[in-house]
Amino acid sequence: MPSEIILKMEGICKSFPGVRALHNVDFVLRKGEIHALMGENGAGKSTLIKILTGVYEKDAGQILLNGRPVNFKSPQDALKAGIGTVFQEIALCPNLTVAENMFIGRSRKAFVSWKEMNAKAEKILNSLSIPANPTQELASCSIAVQQMIAIARAVDMDCKILILDEPTSSLDEDEVQKLFALMRELQARGVGIIFITHFIDQVYAISDRITVLRNGELIGEYETAELPQIELVSKMMGKALSDVSAMKKQEPPKADQRVPAFEAKGLASAAGVRPFDFTIHQGEVNGFAGLLGSGRSESVRAIFAADKVTGGEVKINGKPVKIRTPLSAMKCGIGYLPEDRKSEGIIDELSVRDNIILALQVLKGFFKPLSRKQAAEFANEYVKLLEIKTPSLDTPIKSLSGGNQQKAILARWLLTHPMYLILDEPTRGIDVGTKVEIQKLVLKLAQEGMSLTFISSEIDEMLRVCSRLIVMKDREIVGELSGTDLTEQNVMRMIAQGGK
Amino acid sequence: MEALKPTKPKTRLSNSTLLFIIAGIIFLLMYLIAILVYPGSFKQFQTFFDFFNLNAALFIVTLGLCIVIIGGGIDISVGAVCGLVTMACALLLESGKGDIWGALLLALGIGLAFGLMHGYLIAYLEIQPFIITLSGMFLAQGLLTTLHREPLNVTKPAFVALRSYRIEIPWLGTVNRLGVFIPCEIRPGVLVVVALIILYAIMMKWSRFGRNLYAVGGNRQSARMLGINVKKTIFLSYVLCGLTAGISGFVFLMTTGAGNIGNGSLFEMKAIAANVMGGIMLSGGVGNLLGAPLGMLTLLTINELIRAAGVQSNLQAIVSGLLLYLFIVLQSIIMSLRDRSKFRLALPPWLKPQPPAGEQKAAK
Amino acid sequence: MSRLKTGFTRLSHLFLPLSVLAILLIINLIKGADYFKITMVNGVFYGNIPNILFGASELVILSIGMTLVTAASRGQDISIGEVGAISSAVFVQYVLNAGGEVTIWTILAGFLISCVAGVVIGAFNGTLVSFFNVQPMVATLILFLGGRSIAFIIDGKVSPILANPISNQIGTVIPGVPIQTPIILTAVFIALVAVVLKTTNLRLYVEAVGINPNAARLNGINPKKVIFLTFLVMGFCSAVAGFIAVNKVGRHDSVNLLKFIMMDAILAVALGGNSLNGGKFSITGSILGAYTIEVLNRTLLRLEVHPETIKAFKAVFIIILMVIASPVVRTSARKGLNKMKTLFAGNAVRPAGGLPKTVASIPDSSAQKEE
Repeated sequence: MPSEIILKMEGICKSFPGVRALHNVDFVLRKGEIHALMGENGAGKSTLIKILTGVYEKDAGQILLNGRPVNFKSPQDALKAGIGTVFQEIALCPNLTVAENMFIGRSRKAFVSWKEMNAKAEKILNSLSIPANPTQELASCSIAVQQMIAIARAVDMDCKILILDEPTSSLDEDEVQKLFALMRELQARGVGIIFITHFIDQVYAISDRITVLRNGELIGEYETAELPQIELVSKMMGKALSDVSAMKKQEPPKADQRVPAFEAKGLASAAGVRPFDFTIHQGEVNGFAGLLGSGRSESVRAIFAADKVTGGEVKINGKPVKIRTPLSAMKCGIGYLPEDRKSEGIIDELSVRDNIILALQVLKGFFKPLSRKQAAEFANEYVKLLEIKTPSLDTPIKSLSGGNQQKAILARWLLTHPMYLILDEPTRGIDVGTKVEIQKLVLKLAQEGMSLTFISSEIDEMLRVCSRLIVMKDREIVGELSGTDLTEQNVMRMIAQGGK
Repeated sequence: MEALKPTKPKTRLSNSTLLFIIAGIIFLLMYLIAILVYPGSFKQFQTFFDFFNLNAALFIVTLGLCIVIIGGGIDISVGAVCGLVTMACALLLESGKGDIWGALLLALGIGLAFGLMHGYLIAYLEIQPFIITLSGMFLAQGLLTTLHREPLNVTKPAFVALRSYRIEIPWLGTVNRLGVFIPCEIRPGVLVVVALIILYAIMMKWSRFGRNLYAVGGNRQSARMLGINVKKTIFLSYVLCGLTAGISGFVFLMTTGAGNIGNGSLFEMKAIAANVMGGIMLSGGVGNLLGAPLGMLTLLTINELIRAAGVQSNLQAIVSGLLLYLFIVLQSIIMSLRDRSKFRLALPPWLKPQPPAGEQKAAK
Repeated sequence: MSRLKTGFTRLSHLFLPLSVLAILLIINLIKGADYFKITMVNGVFYGNIPNILFGASELVILSIGMTLVTAASRGQDISIGEVGAISSAVFVQYVLNAGGEVTIWTILAGFLISCVAGVVIGAFNGTLVSFFNVQPMVATLILFLGGRSIAFIIDGKVSPILANPISNQIGTVIPGVPIQTPIILTAVFIALVAVVLKTTNLRLYVEAVGINPNAARLNGINPKKVIFLTFLVMGFCSAVAGFIAVNKVGRHDSVNLLKFIMMDAILAVALGGNSLNGGKFSITGSILGAYTIEVLNRTLLRLEVHPETIKAFKAVFIIILMVIASPVVRTSARKGLNKMKTLFAGNAVRPAGGLPKTVASIPDSSAQKEE
């Protein structure tokens, strides 16, 4: 194995207002290696990549490309220096042909020679075994092929370093294999590949080395062959620091006293999770454990009908109901705090008050608006209860901090008095103090008889809050843990080994 | 490794080509119906040529607009700019201070000025194209009515000679009742139309600017990532559209020979409708430039059919509105079908509908 | 401090129309000091102000509908003048063919039928926009092209005349009432809109959909239905505007009735401080914007600008406004402001803010219980 170092990042630091995204991170890429960059949400993977490609400017540290320090101002700069990036969302033009997508924006010539371009493209496609015609419209290629064409473009631009940012997240097994074959081909040509993915199996299938980041810090660099899967999982999840000695978990009710609050059979949605069965009891807090992309979010979205529900039966308190839209789920007493606060949670320009009363208002109906006074009272009650720090109720929610925005959304759902509340990553990207507050609140609500589903990337947090964990891997439920079985070791083993 | 040998898929029709073919079929169908119902007039080649003879300016406006639409924008000032140019040129020619070349320069200058203004405000200041070109339309109309309110006939002999010049096609024509052969006639404006169609078609297919424009119209974000100067491309598209509108004004004056307040009014709407009928997607990035004149021919054929039927001229507008509706819905359906096929690909294998084994192979 | 600030931000969106209005009024006052003079002729108020209110009535009503459409669909309806022409044609035909003497009931029935026509046409546009995902401008282009011809066909001939006393009174004045009827109708309409906004969640739904349709959907709002609804309202507004316009003129001119009024309505919305890209909206702003446009038109006339040139002036005016409001200019202005702020930040003392923390929170009480 050649071990010539082509890229070295040293002591990289980056802070955003209020958040320390990266702290003293080192990263080394060698010639002809596939290097997996691993970490949960907020670990700093994408920040690191964006600093490397010149999207962000680093606060401290240096980048050495072939031993020479570089500082890119834009992705185009990085590309010129031989660092190509292929994103999860393909940055190609679907209305152009395959060949055009490989060559557009590169030549300074005033006219295009289609013949020459197609011939060149054909040659590259053949050499990389990509199943596409140069004259084909890109939109008619599968996502995998589009992905490969993006890679081919980067390779043809003589990239010595290729960054693949979650290229496999929307591919099926067959397509992944094709992509891997292409990656190995490039590896043989001496291209260094930085591979970012959430699929652990894929990391072990293809990578030579693994660098793990957590909370913006470097955990370590390992030879893939020498790092057992379970250790990787534990390194990624880590142990969150917090002062929660005062918290006590809700004991699960005895088997004969349990009353199912929500039951689903064979539930499936268009977002692509294998049909699953699921039950939650009154006063229970359960969680979906699994890495990002394991299908944990897709499952709860199916429960709330946030994605198009394609099948399955649902019972609320034993009675069969039909949930096909978020509104019908809300009417059944289900609340859902989405994972992506910015694009699905807050309505950023609306005031804190309107954001808090939104769900209640919709439930009451179009013709029964709360009076301004009532709305202010409701909002105020929860602003005080949850200690939401806002200058006033009329402040647009976008000017609040992340933690306070999240509390406002939580208030939105509490105001509807749901019988079953789904919280998907409620503690993501918020300060430790607020995290603990939210965890305590969840336990308190369960004590009052509410059923809750709590999802988090931090395993500690889930173990602290949930009395039962449903473990998912690769969009499938692989097992369930509760009682004394519910330990960090068991969860990680299950995720790593797939329930065996 | 053997198993991964690429099996090349058959090249599917691109959306642009598909819509272009549909547009072509619809035009042929319309013309065929016209010939069957009114063989007297539609069978004559002159009728076909007259579409171009009488509407040369409209064709040119449509071409310019097509470029902007492919880039994902819209320019509704084209009709008004065309009208303004006719009046300005007529005034110049009548004042005796300018010759034909001066008028042509004036036409290009006015078009260029509007194009530059629109392009700068839309591309570099990122203001909505609709509002800006709406203001451009107001401005052009206001200037037009300010210049001169009464219809103004151009009597300059050189210009009259130019505009009454006819090109005869000796081998094509009809024999009238007296047995005299009347060759088909083409006006000079048509030459401009043909030249522009060829020029622009070449530009959109083979020039770097043309291909960049398709990329920008298809996905602005991606185009930037691919290293295209998006702002410059958009800017140039509006400049070109403005220039084309200027040319169309001059051609309009050659057709009618008079500056008039009503000149070019509603051209923009007809041009948009023609573009839609020609298979050019208003969302940008999809469409063949040749579709623009084709769509205009369809529109004119329908109008001519209605006129020949002797019903109210108002029906023309309604029918063209209705056709526009059909085309918009058709495009919307094609778009959603395309999206859906993409969506299915993103699903994991067990959720995919299981086609028979043979089909599955064919699909790959 | 913070309260003052929020009070200011609540009014800040009206800054643009109010300042433009103020400038225009000052110009008018310089031109002639008797600008605000109101005279009474035959028991009715006349003067510049009543004339402005009278002249802008259709525009005000249409700009209200346009505000809603813009806010929810992030696009504009360009067929409003045509829809008004069609619905008023329906009204005129009903009145002319009702037979017998034209009573207030005939007019009322005709008005209601024309409103139904307007709403149906609004539904046509709305279907295209919300269910077929067509850009609003493109979808409404269809009726913009064909609408006046439909109106003409309904008319059956050129300009049918509405020669009955009640129509005349609706278009001008009702004996004994000192204010011209269109002004009263506009006021009633504005009051109606205010009541609707007060008694329904229209504002919340429309703003939520316009700002973040995804989040709105996850909170039980169907964005498609809301966008569709705004087009229904737009259709209704067009019908009312058409009704007022046709009664003002006294005959139905299908070609020129409310011609190009969509330009003014869009301008009114923009002038009212509303983003043309949807989201939060201010109907007060749009109404002020509409009146400002009327004042602008009349000011240009008063300044002896040729009626022909007014359009050009207006265009320049819109362009300047748009440049000022453009995102690029705004961000660079904000950057400049921030630079100034950081320059002064060293001297400023930050007020101790935040809410009192005296109230016991749920998490705390739960912790206490467990102890």
